[in-house]
Amino acid sequence: MDQTGHTTLAEWTADDAAAVERAVAEFRAQLELGYYGMVSTGEGHAEQVRELPVDAELVIMRLPISGG
Amino acid sequence: MAAEPLPEVAAVYWRPRVDARRLARRERWWTAYSLAHVGPFLGIAALLMALQPLAFPLAAICVAHAVLIPRLYAQRGANVVRPKEAAGEAAEERALGLLGDLVGHAARELHARTGLVLERGALGVWLVGTAGAILVRPGGRRADCWCVRVADPQLPSGDRIAHLLLALRADEAGFATVANLAFSGSVRRVRRRVPAAMRPALVAARAAA
Repeated sequence: MDQTGHTTLAEWTADDAAAVERAVAEFRAQLELGYYGMVSTGEGHAEQVRELPVDAELVIMRLPISGG
Repeated sequence: MAAEPLPEVAAVYWRPRVDARRLARRERWWTAYSLAHVGPFLGIAALLMALQPLAFPLAAICVAHAVLIPRLYAQRGANVVRPKEAAGEAAEERALGLLGDLVGHAARELHARTGLVLERGALGVWLVGTAGAILVRPGGRRADCWCVRVADPQLPSGDRIAHLLLALRADEAGFATVANLAFSGSVRRVRRRVPAAMRPALVAARAAA
Protein backbone atom coordinates (compact mmCIF):
# COMPACT_ATOMS: atom_id res chain seq x y z
CA MET A 1 0.00 0.00 0.00
CA ASP A 2 1.45 3.31 -1.04
CA GLN A 3 0.52 6.78 -2.21
CA THR A 4 -0.87 5.47 -5.52
CA GLY A 5 -3.41 3.31 -3.72
CA HIS A 6 -1.31 0.20 -3.95
CA THR A 7 1.39 -1.28 -6.14
CA THR A 8 1.83 -4.92 -7.09
CA LEU A 9 5.42 -5.67 -6.08
CA ALA A 10 5.64 -9.28 -7.22
CA GLU A 11 3.50 -12.11 -8.51
CA TRP A 12 4.47 -15.72 -8.22
CA THR A 13 3.28 -19.28 -8.20
CA ALA A 14 4.77 -21.88 -5.93
CA ASP A 15 6.02 -23.96 -8.88
CA ASP A 16 7.84 -21.06 -10.57
CA ALA A 17 11.19 -20.95 -8.78
CA ALA A 18 12.45 -17.83 -10.54
CA ALA A 19 9.27 -15.89 -9.74
CA VAL A 20 9.40 -17.06 -6.12
CA GLU A 21 13.02 -15.92 -5.88
CA ARG A 22 12.13 -12.47 -7.22
CA ALA A 23 9.17 -12.25 -4.84
CA VAL A 24 11.32 -13.25 -1.86
CA ALA A 25 13.92 -10.62 -2.80
CA GLU A 26 11.22 -7.97 -3.14
CA PHE A 27 9.65 -9.01 0.15
CA ARG A 28 12.97 -8.69 1.95
CA ALA A 29 13.63 -5.31 0.31
CA GLN A 30 10.29 -4.07 1.63
CA LEU A 31 11.11 -5.31 5.11
CA GLU A 32 14.35 -3.34 4.89
CA LEU A 33 12.29 -0.25 4.05
CA GLY A 34 10.33 -0.67 7.26
CA TYR A 35 7.23 -2.43 6.00
CA TYR A 36 5.69 -5.46 7.69
CA GLY A 37 4.40 -8.42 5.73
CA MET A 38 0.79 -9.33 6.51
CA VAL A 39 -1.29 -12.31 5.51
CA SER A 40 -5.02 -12.69 6.10
CA THR A 41 -5.72 -15.81 8.11
CA GLY A 42 -9.50 -15.86 7.93
CA GLU A 43 -12.27 -13.37 8.46
CA GLY A 44 -11.15 -10.67 10.87
CA HIS A 45 -7.73 -12.19 11.40
CA ALA A 46 -4.29 -11.37 10.03
CA GLU A 47 -0.81 -12.47 10.84
CA GLN A 48 2.56 -10.84 10.46
CA VAL A 49 5.06 -12.88 8.47
CA ARG A 50 8.83 -12.50 8.51
CA GLU A 51 9.44 -14.69 5.47
CA LEU A 52 7.39 -14.74 2.29
CA PRO A 53 4.78 -17.48 2.61
CA VAL A 54 5.04 -18.92 -0.89
CA ASP A 55 1.65 -20.59 -0.73
CA ALA A 56 -0.18 -17.42 0.37
CA GLU A 57 -2.68 -15.97 -2.08
CA LEU A 58 -1.89 -12.38 -1.07
CA VAL A 59 0.78 -10.78 1.07
CA ILE A 60 0.21 -7.11 1.94
CA MET A 61 3.02 -4.87 3.08
CA ARG A 62 1.89 -2.45 5.75
CA LEU A 63 3.57 0.52 7.39
CA PRO A 64 4.08 0.82 11.15
CA ILE A 65 1.35 2.52 13.15
CA SER A 66 1.71 4.87 16.09
CA GLY A 67 -0.46 6.75 18.54
CA GLY A 68 -1.68 10.04 17.10
CA MET B 1 -6.52 -13.07 18.25
CA ALA B 2 -2.75 -12.45 18.21
CA ALA B 3 -0.16 -14.87 16.91
CA GLU B 4 2.59 -12.50 18.03
CA PRO B 5 2.53 -8.95 19.40
CA LEU B 6 2.66 -6.01 17.05
CA PRO B 7 6.27 -4.89 16.64
CA GLU B 8 5.13 -1.31 17.26
CA VAL B 9 4.39 -2.22 20.88
CA ALA B 10 8.15 -2.16 21.51
CA ALA B 11 8.11 1.59 20.85
CA VAL B 12 5.76 2.09 23.84
CA TYR B 13 7.50 -0.37 26.17
CA TRP B 14 6.46 1.62 29.26
CA ARG B 15 2.76 1.01 28.63
CA PRO B 16 1.21 -2.11 30.12
CA ARG B 17 -0.35 -4.23 27.42
CA VAL B 18 -4.07 -3.51 27.16
CA ASP B 19 -6.46 -6.27 28.12
CA ALA B 20 -10.14 -6.26 29.07
CA ARG B 21 -9.40 -5.79 32.78
CA ARG B 22 -6.93 -2.92 32.26
CA LEU B 23 -9.25 -1.26 29.79
CA ALA B 24 -12.16 -1.44 32.22
CA ARG B 25 -9.94 0.16 34.86
CA ARG B 26 -8.98 2.98 32.49
CA GLU B 27 -12.63 3.51 31.70
CA ARG B 28 -13.47 3.84 35.40
CA TRP B 29 -10.60 6.30 35.70
CA TRP B 30 -12.04 8.34 32.84
CA THR B 31 -15.43 8.44 34.54
CA ALA B 32 -13.85 9.54 37.82
CA TYR B 33 -11.75 12.14 35.97
CA SER B 34 -14.87 13.58 34.32
CA LEU B 35 -16.71 13.71 37.62
CA ALA B 36 -13.71 15.41 39.20
CA HIS B 37 -14.04 18.16 36.60
CA VAL B 38 -17.78 18.55 36.92
CA GLY B 39 -18.35 18.06 40.64
CA PRO B 40 -16.26 20.92 42.07
CA PHE B 41 -17.66 23.48 39.62
CA LEU B 42 -21.24 22.47 40.39
CA GLY B 43 -20.44 22.46 44.10
CA ILE B 44 -18.97 25.95 43.96
CA ALA B 45 -21.97 27.17 41.96
CA ALA B 46 -24.34 25.76 44.56
CA LEU B 47 -22.29 27.23 47.41
CA LEU B 48 -22.21 30.66 45.78
CA MET B 49 -25.95 30.66 45.30
CA ALA B 50 -26.50 29.53 48.89
CA LEU B 51 -24.20 32.21 50.30
CA GLN B 52 -25.15 35.08 48.04
CA PRO B 53 -27.82 34.85 45.32
CA LEU B 54 -26.39 38.02 43.77
CA ALA B 55 -23.33 35.93 42.84
CA PHE B 56 -25.53 34.32 40.19
CA PRO B 57 -23.24 35.37 37.29
CA LEU B 58 -20.26 33.69 38.93
CA ALA B 59 -22.33 30.59 39.66
CA ALA B 60 -23.45 30.54 36.03
CA ILE B 61 -19.81 30.64 34.89
CA CYS B 62 -19.06 27.67 37.16
CA VAL B 63 -21.99 25.72 35.72
CA ALA B 64 -20.85 26.59 32.21
CA HIS B 65 -17.42 25.17 33.03
CA ALA B 66 -19.02 22.02 34.41
CA VAL B 67 -20.94 21.58 31.17
CA LEU B 68 -18.27 22.65 28.71
CA ILE B 69 -15.26 20.67 29.93
CA PRO B 70 -16.87 17.22 29.46
CA ARG B 71 -18.18 18.38 26.10
CA LEU B 72 -14.68 19.34 24.99
CA TYR B 73 -13.39 15.91 26.01
CA ALA B 74 -16.20 14.21 24.08
CA GLN B 75 -15.40 16.39 21.08
CA ARG B 76 -11.76 15.35 21.31
CA GLY B 77 -12.95 11.75 21.22
CA ALA B 78 -15.15 12.32 18.20
CA ASN B 79 -12.30 14.06 16.39
CA VAL B 80 -10.29 10.83 16.16
CA VAL B 81 -12.42 9.71 13.23
CA ARG B 82 -12.78 13.09 11.57
CA PRO B 83 -11.89 12.57 7.89
CA LYS B 84 -8.44 13.72 6.82
CA GLU B 85 -7.50 15.31 3.52
CA ALA B 86 -8.05 12.93 0.60
CA ALA B 87 -5.37 11.94 -1.89
CA GLY B 88 -5.95 12.06 -5.66
CA GLU B 89 -9.13 10.48 -6.98
CA ALA B 90 -7.35 7.66 -8.81
CA ALA B 91 -5.29 6.72 -5.75
CA GLU B 92 -8.37 6.83 -3.52
CA GLU B 93 -10.28 4.53 -5.86
CA ARG B 94 -7.39 2.11 -6.11
CA ALA B 95 -6.98 2.05 -2.33
CA LEU B 96 -10.70 1.47 -1.87
CA GLY B 97 -10.45 -1.56 -4.12
CA LEU B 98 -7.88 -3.17 -1.84
CA LEU B 99 -9.75 -2.18 1.31
CA GLY B 100 -12.91 -3.66 -0.18
CA ASP B 101 -11.10 -6.97 -0.64
CA LEU B 102 -10.18 -7.02 3.05
CA VAL B 103 -13.68 -6.59 4.44
CA GLY B 104 -17.06 -8.23 3.92
CA HIS B 105 -19.99 -6.83 2.04
CA ALA B 106 -21.72 -5.26 5.05
CA ALA B 107 -18.53 -3.49 6.21
CA ARG B 108 -17.85 -2.34 2.65
CA GLU B 109 -21.33 -0.89 2.36
CA LEU B 110 -21.05 0.82 5.77
CA HIS B 111 -17.68 2.29 4.81
CA ALA B 112 -19.12 3.66 1.57
CA ARG B 113 -21.84 5.46 3.58
CA THR B 114 -19.84 6.57 6.59
CA GLY B 115 -16.10 6.37 5.86
CA LEU B 116 -15.61 3.98 8.79
CA VAL B 117 -14.91 0.25 8.74
CA LEU B 118 -16.67 -1.89 11.34
CA GLU B 119 -14.54 -4.68 12.77
CA ARG B 120 -15.50 -7.06 15.57
CA GLY B 121 -12.82 -7.76 18.15
CA ALA B 122 -12.42 -9.35 21.55
CA LEU B 123 -12.59 -5.95 23.32
CA GLY B 124 -15.71 -4.82 21.46
CA VAL B 125 -16.69 -3.52 18.06
CA TRP B 126 -14.21 -1.21 16.37
CA LEU B 127 -14.92 1.57 13.92
CA VAL B 128 -11.69 2.25 12.08
CA GLY B 129 -11.14 5.62 10.42
CA THR B 130 -8.20 7.20 8.66
CA ALA B 131 -6.42 8.45 11.78
CA GLY B 132 -8.15 6.81 14.67
CA ALA B 133 -10.68 4.28 15.82
CA ILE B 134 -13.67 4.12 18.12
CA LEU B 135 -14.14 0.99 20.20
CA VAL B 136 -17.75 0.38 21.21
CA ARG B 137 -17.59 -1.86 24.23
CA PRO B 138 -19.79 -4.90 24.76
CA GLY B 139 -23.29 -3.76 25.65
CA GLY B 140 -23.01 -0.78 23.33
CA ARG B 141 -23.06 1.92 26.00
CA ARG B 142 -19.45 3.01 26.26
CA ALA B 143 -17.11 4.18 23.52
CA ASP B 144 -13.34 4.43 23.76
CA CYS B 145 -11.80 6.77 21.19
CA TRP B 146 -8.25 6.05 20.08
CA CYS B 147 -5.80 8.22 18.15
CA VAL B 148 -3.74 5.96 15.95
CA ARG B 149 -2.26 6.54 12.54
CA VAL B 150 0.05 5.32 9.85
CA ALA B 151 3.42 7.03 9.47
CA ASP B 152 2.74 8.27 5.91
CA PRO B 153 0.16 11.11 5.84
CA GLN B 154 0.14 11.16 2.01
CA LEU B 155 -1.57 7.79 1.76
CA PRO B 156 -5.08 7.60 0.34
CA SER B 157 -7.73 7.25 3.03
CA GLY B 158 -8.58 3.66 2.05
CA ASP B 159 -4.95 2.65 2.50
CA ARG B 160 -4.68 4.38 5.87
CA ILE B 161 -7.69 2.44 7.07
CA ALA B 162 -6.32 -0.80 5.59
CA HIS B 163 -2.98 -0.37 7.41
CA LEU B 164 -4.80 0.17 10.71
CA LEU B 165 -7.21 -2.69 10.05
CA LEU B 166 -4.41 -5.17 9.36
CA ALA B 167 -2.61 -4.13 12.53
CA LEU B 168 -5.85 -4.45 14.52
CA ARG B 169 -6.53 -7.88 13.10
CA ALA B 170 -3.00 -9.07 13.82
CA ASP B 171 -2.98 -8.00 17.47
CA GLU B 172 -6.00 -6.20 18.89
CA ALA B 173 -4.50 -5.72 22.36
CA GLY B 174 -1.25 -4.47 20.83
CA PHE B 175 -3.20 -2.07 18.64
CA ALA B 176 -4.93 -0.63 21.72
CA THR B 177 -1.59 -0.44 23.52
CA VAL B 178 0.07 1.54 20.73
CA ALA B 179 -2.92 3.86 20.23
CA ASN B 180 -3.54 6.85 22.48
CA LEU B 181 -6.83 6.85 24.34
CA ALA B 182 -8.33 10.27 23.62
CA PHE B 183 -11.67 9.79 25.33
CA SER B 184 -13.78 7.19 27.07
CA GLY B 185 -17.44 7.76 27.78
CA SER B 186 -20.98 7.31 26.62
CA VAL B 187 -21.50 6.30 22.99
CA ARG B 188 -24.29 8.88 22.79
CA ARG B 189 -21.87 11.69 23.69
CA VAL B 190 -19.52 10.65 20.90
CA ARG B 191 -22.32 10.04 18.42
CA ARG B 192 -23.63 13.58 18.80
CA ARG B 193 -20.20 14.99 17.93
CA VAL B 194 -19.03 12.91 14.99
CA PRO B 195 -19.86 14.21 11.50
CA ALA B 196 -23.49 13.42 10.66
CA ALA B 197 -22.51 11.03 7.87
CA MET B 198 -20.61 8.86 10.37
CA ARG B 199 -23.43 8.48 12.88
CA PRO B 200 -24.97 5.40 11.22
CA ALA B 201 -21.65 3.62 11.82
CA LEU B 202 -21.96 4.21 15.56
CA VAL B 203 -25.54 2.97 15.46
CA ALA B 204 -24.35 -0.17 13.67
CA ALA B 205 -21.48 -0.67 16.12
CA ARG B 206 -23.82 -0.31 19.10
CA ALA B 207 -26.13 -2.87 17.60
CA ALA B 208 -23.23 -5.25 16.99
CA ALA B 209 -21.56 -4.75 20.38
